Formats: sequence, structure tokens, C-alpha cells
Amino acid sequence: MHDVVWKKIGPLSNIPVRGARRLCFGLGGKPIAVFRTGEDKFFALVDECPHKKGPLSEGIVSGNTITCPLHNWVIGLDTGIAAEPDEGKTQTVPVKLENGELYIGLELERAPA
Amino acid sequence: MNMISDPREHLVVIGNGMAGMRTVEELLKLPGGKRFRITVFGAEPHVNYNRIMLSSVLAGDKSIDEIVINSREWYAENEINLITGDAVKKIDRETRTVISASGVEVRYDKILIATGSRPLAPPIPGLGLPGTCAFRDIADVDKMLAAAKTHKRAVVIGGGLLGLEAAWGLKQRGMSVALVHLMPTLMERQLDAAAGQLLQRDLDRRGIAFFTDGQTEEITGTDRAEGVQLADGRFIPADLVVLAIGIRPNIDLAKAADLEVNRGIVVTDDMRTSDPDIFSVGECVEHRGAVFGLVAPIWDQAKVCASRLAGDETALFTSRALATSLKITGVDVFSAGALMAEGGDDDEITLRDDNRGLYKKIVVRDGKLVGAVLYGDVADGQWYLGLIRDKTDIREMRDKLVFGRAFAESLPPGKTGPDTASMPDDAQICGCNGVSKGSIVCAIKDKGLVSLSQVRSHTKASASCGQCTNLVEAILADTLGGAVEKKAPSICECTDAGHDAVRQGIVAQSLKTMGAVRAAFGWKKPEGCHKCRPALNYYLICAWPGEYSDDSRSRFINERAHANIQKDGTYSVVPRMWGGVTTPSELHAIAAVAEKFNIPTVKVTGGQRIDLLGVKKEDLPAVWGDLSKAGMVSGHAYAKGLRTVKTCVGSEWCRFGTQDSTGLGIKLEKMCWGSWTPHKVKFAVSGCPRNCAEATIKDLGVVCVEAGYDLLVGGNGGVDVRVTDPLVRVATEEDVLEYTGAFMQLYREEAHYLERTAPWIARVGIAYVKKRLVDDAEGRRSLNARFLYSQKFSQDDPWAARAGGLDAQEFTKLPELADA
Ligand code: SRM
Ligand SMILES: Cc1cc2nc3c(=O)[nH]c(=O)nc-3n(C[C@H](O)[C@H](O)[C@H](O)COP(=O)(O)OP(=O)(O)OC[C@H]3O[C@@H](n4cnc5c(N)ncnc54)[C@H](O)[C@@H]3O)c2cc1C
Ligand code: SF4
Ligand code: FES
Repeated sequence: MHDVVWKKIGPLSNIPVRGARRLCFGLGGKPIAVFRTGEDKFFALVDECPHKKGPLSEGIVSGNTITCPLHNWVIGLDTGIAAEPDEGKTQTVPVKLENGELYIGLELERAPA
Repeated sequence: MNMISDPREHLVVIGNGMAGMRTVEELLKLPGGKRFRITVFGAEPHVNYNRIMLSSVLAGDKSIDEIVINSREWYAENEINLITGDAVKKIDRETRTVISASGVEVRYDKILIATGSRPLAPPIPGLGLPGTCAFRDIADVDKMLAAAKTHKRAVVIGGGLLGLEAAWGLKQRGMSVALVHLMPTLMERQLDAAAGQLLQRDLDRRGIAFFTDGQTEEITGTDRAEGVQLADGRFIPADLVVLAIGIRPNIDLAKAADLEVNRGIVVTDDMRTSDPDIFSVGECVEHRGAVFGLVAPIWDQAKVCASRLAGDETALFTSRALATSLKITGVDVFSAGALMAEGGDDDEITLRDDNRGLYKKIVVRDGKLVGAVLYGDVADGQWYLGLIRDKTDIREMRDKLVFGRAFAESLPPGKTGPDTASMPDDAQICGCNGVSKGSIVCAIKDKGLVSLSQVRSHTKASASCGQCTNLVEAILADTLGGAVEKKAPSICECTDAGHDAVRQGIVAQSLKTMGAVRAAFGWKKPEGCHKCRPALNYYLICAWPGEYSDDSRSRFINERAHANIQKDGTYSVVPRMWGGVTTPSELHAIAAVAEKFNIPTVKVTGGQRIDLLGVKKEDLPAVWGDLSKAGMVSGHAYAKGLRTVKTCVGSEWCRFGTQDSTGLGIKLEKMCWGSWTPHKVKFAVSGCPRNCAEATIKDLGVVCVEAGYDLLVGGNGGVDVRVTDPLVRVATEEDVLEYTGAFMQLYREEAHYLERTAPWIARVGIAYVKKRLVDDAEGRRSLNARFLYSQKFSQDDPWAARAGGLDAQEFTKLPELADA
């Protein structure tokens, strides 16, 4: 599982503050989104709410959470875990910033060809 | 699994339903419960779910996921061996084994039979054809939902609780529904004739057709059900026939194992069958001659049975008086105990108000209450039930009893709530989910809960049918020392401040950013949350037009993307069609866009315009660009703002039209479009009192008359239909426009975010609105002037701007360069 490929997705400034963008490629068939908080922290998640797969990237970012646009579940951006009393978890995806550019970490066998 | 060496006794539970699993839950809570390893057999392929809520699933209020009680993880965590989709076929008491249909054989030390009941299925010819089903489990609901998708006509046989809930659910799913009932009145075992008739009248008004005194002779059809033939010659065509005429305890296994059975599996007060190692609970049992069909007594059985299994030799089950209610939104029915006087000494006292659809009957025997039937207002139901159960001496208040608790106990105003403080901890509050007072109090204290919604989500109390909501609220108030009653509800959990305080603070203290508002009111979370941010953003836009700049990040996706998100993540686009009037060239442009972008659905909306559904997000700017070129602007079908202005053809064409309703509607729409409001706003203008534009259920309606224009406000055609209140009659179109601007501004400045005009006016009163708009001409003019000023900043078409490149990031994916 250590074979992670880092894929460049462009500068942090591409992502609105307290906002998100979806990527053109996915992870095992699932969409990925990158989030940016009010404090300029950034996170990546599979873009599917644990509830009914709502597109989290279309939600509202507050602090380190994202509220799903479909039924208002609140998901932790750092953990992918839904806030109580809801239960569920969205898969987190590794992401890093280098020289102002964001990179997404993909497991080797799943990286897009 | 190394079962042989496990020192624990083996408990085999037959039936993964509500009674069986409730017993297991109770058992796991007890120290003595550790002595068992547990295997559960369930005939259904599912984990255990809340059967009661199948009615809500059918009606579309809940999904299957939402009614699951215990997930597979729960079984795993508690080391319960769950075998689903495999019915037990035999209990062999000689070899002490249980054998399943698929051949699984397990040895037991103790058995719990909780096989529930089966729908009654008399030998009606045609029963069993495709298109016929019962209403008992998920498989039945799946059948009904599938039929509702492809077929139109449903017939439900049986006018009891289940039949009525099935009929209502299918009606909600868009089918036309007829209900056949053998008896002259509905729910005759729970309601007296008077209440049964009121119920029938109300459901009849909601579009269910009743065939009472109807004996089903045959379900006709060759390949699938085609209709229901009644013995008296009546015939009802049907594509779906649901049989809900009753249930019968499921006793086959017990009978074959030579346990004592009668109507049900006979159990003693300790929930043991005639074999002391075999227990039974739920709808399959018979206790002292009684069988069961509601969950409240079953929860009591589960407790007793669990205690016995855990080694407590004292627990005894006793039947208590039961209450019935019906889970149909807006229909309030309650009954408990006797339905009518039985002997010469019994008294019936009734109260009836046909106009308001209220009916109450109580039955008194020997100075005690023995029965209550309520229709229309069931708030006192639990109180009556308590009096019946406790056999309270009611002689002192006998004459007042029927008027309800507040009157009978002469409670001071505002103190009419239920007396939860004196209830014992094990008093059952929520029948649907079996939640006791004690567990609600514990959750409130342990988890620091402060609101009804929190209590609901943590304990499930009042989360199902909602009948016990006032009890749960009262417990919350008792536990928090009355603190919940006094405080105006806060905007959200980030703050204690209410909407009005914040709105006034924004203006009085010149707060012009969200940060400043949050600082001034001591917000607990620095960035707020998804509830307060959209509200504050709106309050600031309204207070500081032209100064405050909108924060798109605090908007719900629809208002940020200027289109409505659909369940599959695509969007819908609704261009404005002023007053519902269009032109051939606009229609050409819409057709061209639909073809060019392969838009799958083009639909005429309920608001007199055209919806393009299924547009890909990345196509939105180009779609809008083409529509803008043809002169069209956003219809704001997504906005908390002005939606549609419906009009009728009016005096231009109609032989009854008194004024130019179409032209006036267009003027109103051109004046008000683009405005942001607390919630959506809809107008309509009808050319005469025939009211073809349905102006009396709009936020603002105009009905034209010979003498001028009647202005009506605060209507709503949505969830809680509300007819408008008349505001004023004016003489000219200019007056209409002035009043409209003033009304919009009053609503914009004073309503709470997400409060439509109907609940807003219900809250402040139409008298107040009249005082501000009709009596105070000066005030009206300045409100209108403020509205027109704010409109200077809001009538830019958001679509044209985005087609021109604004917020391009919103509509594209990363990385923007394909080869990045
Ligand atoms: C498209 C349309 C149905 C249609 O195909 O005809 C529609 C579609 C939706 N309505 Fe509606 N309503 C439509 C006319 C109505 C009407 C009829 C009318 O306006 O005369 C009503 C009842 C009248 C009223 O509002 O008083 C109506 C009462 C609702 C309600 C209940 C509002 C209430 O106060 O109770 C909601 C829910 C809400 O707003 O919270 C709702 C919500 C919705 C939403 C936004 C649901 C959602 O959150 O996704 C739907 C968006 C679909 C979409 O993406 O386009 N829609 N909706 C109609 C659009 C009219 C238009 O041209 O803009
Ligand atoms: C649509 C609907 C609405 C209702 N609404 C209300 C309401 O509002 N209020 C109320 O109090 N009650 C209501 N009820 C009644 C309530 O659901 C029942 O009283 C309750 O579910 C009974 O629980 P039980 O465990 O005895 O039976 P069930 O919940 O039916 O559980 C029995 C389980 O045992 C399984 N089983 C049967 N035989 C075998 C076998 N041989 N091997 C393995 N498994 C077997 C069955 O498949 C079933 O899953 C409603 C019922 C329905 C169907
Ligand atoms: S409301 Fe009056 S004017 Fe309008 S179409 Fe109906 S009858 Fe004609
Ligand atoms: S899909 Fe996210 S809350 Fe329902």
C-alpha cells in the first residue's frame, strides 16, 4: 500500500476559499473532490456523502466540516466521519501542497492510465 | 467458530422482528445476559427493522435505511450469530435442536420464539395473482412501490389501521385508491361509529374512494389483478390489490413441536411456553386469552422475558390498557379502552363540533374512566390513557372531563402541558420506538441535549409517528428546569441569539460583515455553520443593499450555481417567462438549446413556464449563454427570491375578465424579479373572482374586480395549504405596484430566514401587516421606496454574468489543463 503516486492538480488558488472542486479523474470509479477551508487548510475526500452519495463538493464548508447539499449531513473534512447523531464515513484521499501546487495521492494500481 | 468449547448457554431466537430483537436488546443490558451466546434466525433477508414505519416508507416519508433498527455491525459487535433469509422449519425437543429450511442445525439450551403473525388470507379466488399483496414486510412494500411506478389504480381491502395506512401511502405515491371494507364504518374495533364516519369523511376529501359494507367475492384477472368483484355486484377496476384484513399469530412451529397453542402460542406471566426452556414474545403469543397487535405491550413482554432469561425469577407480564392511533399526516385519531357504554351503569359523554371536525367521547364506569375516543384533537389522549390505566377516581371532575385536561384540572394558562414530572422513570413515552421517560432523561443529561430535534435524533423518541411530541417536549422542559420554554429559538447551535435580535442588531449597530455579526453576538463557532451562514448572508444583503457583497460560499448550491441540483447531480434550468407569456422566438431558442445540449426532459412547470431538466453542470454557462442571446433571463426557480407570477388571460381575451391581469402580472414580475427574500415568493393575478390563476394560495395574489383590485397575502399551496388573508382593495395598477413593493419590503425586513409569508403572517397577524401597509400610508411609501432602491442592485441577470465567465471555477473540474 506504500506505492502512492502523486498527481498534480494545480495551484491551491484554483480552489475557492471555503469551497471545493471536483477532479476530472476518480478513485476506483468514485469521484474525488478537494476542499479548502477558511483557514486555508486543504483536504481531499471521495465526493460521495456516506448517506446517499450526495456530492459533498457542492456543500457548504464551515471550519473543518462540509455540509452535504442533499440532506445536510455534516462530514469532518479531516476524518471523513459524519457528525453525530448521523453515522457513516466517507473515504479520505491523501493530498499535499508543494511549492503552491496541490498533489493527490493515488494508490498505484488505481492511478488513471 | 468454536462453539463446542464455548461455556455459555446457547439461546436460539426464532424471528428477527421487533419483539425478538427487543428482547435480545433488553437481555444484553442485563448482567445476567452474559450467560448466553446468541443465534438469531430471520425468515426475511433483512436485518431487524421498525415494521411500524413501513407505512412511512410506503408514503415516501422515510427510506428503508432510515427504519433499520440494528445494523449488521451491531449484531457483530454483540457477537450475535445472525442468519437471515433462512426460516426455522423445525424445533426438535428430543435432541434439543433447531433446524432451518436450508438445513442449518443448531443445538439449543433456550429458545425464544418470536415469529410474529401472518396476514389473514381467506380463500378469495384470484388472491396470489401478480398485482396482489399483503402489507406486512419490506417485500410487500417493494411490490406496492413497483406497482405504483407503472400502474394507476389500487384497491385496498380492509378498513382497519393497516388498510387505511396502505391506502394513504399509495395515494401519496400517486395512485388512485379505493378501499373496500366489510363493515359499515372504518376501524370499527378502535373507533365508534361517529369517529369512524368523521375519519371516512376526511379521507374521502383527500381522494380515497370508499366501498363500505363491501364483501369481496373475487379478485378478477388472468395474468395479473384487474379488479375486485364485490358480492353485491359492485366492481372496482384495479391494477394492484392489497389485502389488509387482519393478522393471525404465526404458531405453526410451536404447534408442530407440541407446545400448547390456542389462537396463539400460550404463555404464562413469565413469558414461558408449556416447555420451560422455550419462551415466546410478540404477536405470536397468547397471554391469558389475549393476543397482541401493537408494540406497546410487546415492549413490556420483551422486558419480562429478558429478565427471566437472565435469571430473575420475579418479573411478571401484565396487560395494560392500550391506545391506538393512525399514522396519516393531518388525521388525528386516538382511542383507548371501551368504545361505548357496555352496561346500564356506564355513561357515555360526548362532545362534537362538526364544523371543526372535532369529536370526543369518554366512557365512565363506577366513577372511573374506562374508555376514550378522540377525533380531530388528540392532545389529551395520553392523559386520558393515564386515567384509564391508573383507575383514577374521576368523580370530582366528571362533568368537566370531556372538555380536556386544561379545563378539568383548571390549570393556569400556559400550564396545560402534560404532567411528565410525576411520571415514573419506566413510563413508556414513545410507543413506536419503545422509549421510556428514564432513557429520555438520561440522554438529555448525559449528552447535554437542549432541543427537541436533538432528543429525537439521540433517543428516537417522537421520531416516528410524532404523537408523543408534546410529552417529549415536556420532559425536556422538566429536565432542563423550564429553560427551553422561555428562550426564543436561536438561529442555530452556534449562538443563543434569535433571528429578531440579530436582525435588529445588524441595523442598530451597523454590522456590515458576517464576522462583525458573529463577534457582536458572541458566536460559539468562528465560521458559523450551514444554518446560520445563509441566514446572516441574507440579513446583511437586505440591510445593506449595494454595500454588502454577497458571499456565494454561504449559499446553498442551487443559489450558488443558479440552477436546481437534481438527485443525480445534474441541474435544471428554468428561464423567466414573464407572467407566463412567451413568444415563438423564445420557444425556438428553448427548443434549440434542448437539442444542442441533449437535455433529456423539457417540462411545463406548475408555475407557467418551461423547465429544462438534466443539464450537465459544465454545460450550464453555455446553455445560459444561448438563452441570454434570445433575451431570456434566469427564472430564479432555485432562489429564496421571486419565483413565478402566474396570470390568467384576463380582459384581453376572456369573456369574464375585468382587468388586464396578464399585463399587470408582467409588470409585477418585472418590478420584483431578482430580489432576495427570506424564502421563496410567488405571485398570481386573476382577471376575475373565478380565480383561474389560483391567486388565493400565493404569497401575494391579486384578484381583479370591476371596481379595481383585491390584494391578498400570505397564501401557500405547499405542505400546509393556507388561503390568503385579504389585505386591501385598491383602484389602480399603480396602487397595486406600491402595495406590492411595500409588502415585499416588510417581509424582507421582518421575517425570519426560511420563513415563508404564510407562517410569517400566521406569526405576526394580518392585523399587524394591515397596520403597517394600509393604515400607515407614509410608512407604506417608504417601504416601497426601500424596496425599489434595493432592486437597483439585484436586477442583473446572474446567468448572463456567468455565461460571460463569472465564477468559472464553479462549473469546471480540476485539473483545468487535461495534461496536468
Ligand atoms: C419545477 C416545479 C414542479 C413542476 O414541474 O411543475 C417545482 C419543483 C420543485 N419544487 Fe415546487 N415546483 C414547482 C411549483 C410549485 C408549486 C406550484 C406553484 O408555484 O404554483 C408549489 C405550491 C405553491 C407554493 O409554493 O405555495 C410548490 C411547492 C413546493 C414546496 C413547498 C413549499 C411550502 O412552503 O410548503 C417546496 C419545498 C420548499 O420550498 O422547501 C418545493 C420545492 C421544489 C424543489 C425546489 C425541490 C428541491 O428542493 O429540489 C423542486 C425543484 C425541481 C427543479 O430542480 O426544477 N416546491 N412548487 C414547479 C416550478 C415552478 C416554477 O416555474 O418555478
Ligand atoms: C404496516 C404496519 C404498520 C404498523 N403500525 C403499527 C403502529 O402504528 N403501532 C403499533 O403499535 N403497531 C403497529 N404495527 C404492528 C407491529 O409492527 C407489530 O405488532 C410488531 O412488529 C410485532 O412484532 P413481532 O416481533 O411479534 O413480529 P414481527 O415484527 O413481524 O417479527 C416476526 C419476524 O419473524 C420472522 N419469522 C416468522 N417465522 C419465522 C421462522 N420460522 N423462522 C425465522 N423467522 C421467522 C418474520 O419473517 C418476521 O421478520 C404495524 C404493523 C405493520 C405491518
Ligand atoms: S379568472 Fe376570470 S378572466 Fe381569468 S380566465 Fe378565469 S374567468 Fe377569465
Ligand atoms: S446524501 Fe448527503 S446528507 Fe443525504
